[in-house]
Amino acid sequence: MSVEMKDLSELDKEIVRVLQEDFPLVEEPYKVLAARVGVSEEVFLEKVRNLAEEKCIRKMGAVLRHREVGFSANVLCAWEVPEEQLEQAAMLMSAHPSVSHCYERTTAPDWPYNLYTMIHAHSRQECEQIADMLGRAQGLSHRAMLYSKKEWKKTSMKYFCEK
Amino acid sequence: MTELSTFDKALLNLLQGHLPLCRHPFAALAEELGTDEGTVLKRLSALKQEGYLRRIGTFFDSNRLGYRGTLVALRVSPECLKPVAEAINLYPGATHNYEREGRYNLWFTLLSPDQSHEQQVLDEIRALPGVDDMLNLKAKKKYKINVQFRLR
Repeated sequence: MSVEMKDLSELDKEIVRVLQEDFPLVEEPYKVLAARVGVSEEVFLEKVRNLAEEKCIRKMGAVLRHREVGFSANVLCAWEVPEEQLEQAAMLMSAHPSVSHCYERTTAPDWPYNLYTMIHAHSRQECEQIADMLGRAQGLSHRAMLYSKKEWKKTSMKYFCEK
Repeated sequence: MTELSTFDKALLNLLQGHLPLCRHPFAALAEELGTDEGTVLKRLSALKQEGYLRRIGTFFDSNRLGYRGTLVALRVSPECLKPVAEAINLYPGATHNYEREGRYNLWFTLLSPDQSHEQQVLDEIRALPGVDDMLNLKAKKKYKINVQFRLR
């Protein structure tokens, strides 16, 4: 991966640990989190701003349960994209609002797919239509539609908690 | 589960985009929505209770924090699928684990603090009974991660 790791202090790591827990739904949530770390609210906010500026934080906000808000169908669509076309294809697919994730990945023998898009829609048919459209726009005909049959686990990562 | 009101949708659309980084973040959101802090907090607690929210909070860039990510595809004998899926779920770095249609029937994402940690987990999973094949599809470049649903 091209992204460089940022060197974090022990205090930064402690702040990451409390921020990845449930966010307090109270008037002054950062005061509550700061108290857990044992620093003032001012210091805490300053450190979080630094983490955001350093791009260690990618987003602060909410993620919805997609089935509950009507996006009941989703598919992991794996594409076989010629190397010279990859950058452009990835950028254009990423620009589509129905695509939540877009990653370039290594391939394997018998597994030529190198670009992965997660597509969310209201139905399986709509997933197919979006994938057809994305493929057509790039002249890509080789893809694998990996529909999920069962969700066994879906969690957020807990960083800096290894024993 | 109750229907989302126009106000709920506006609140969720706004909060999916950002949570302000200031002493009174919910008052800042309330101001943007033309209401008060108490109303925003009350609705958010209710929406969380009702299961609309997967998480409110901070989402990190795993690579910037020093973690490496991969997507692993397994071909598992149907009768072993459940125990294999459950064994994978026990690893904290395995954050998403799905049974999928196709040649490879079990797919999970794995975040690891370093290469040796990753290799150890993959070796353990490869050795589970019923795991016939494994693909390790390492992330080379992330172009987009942004799970946002525009509610109308």
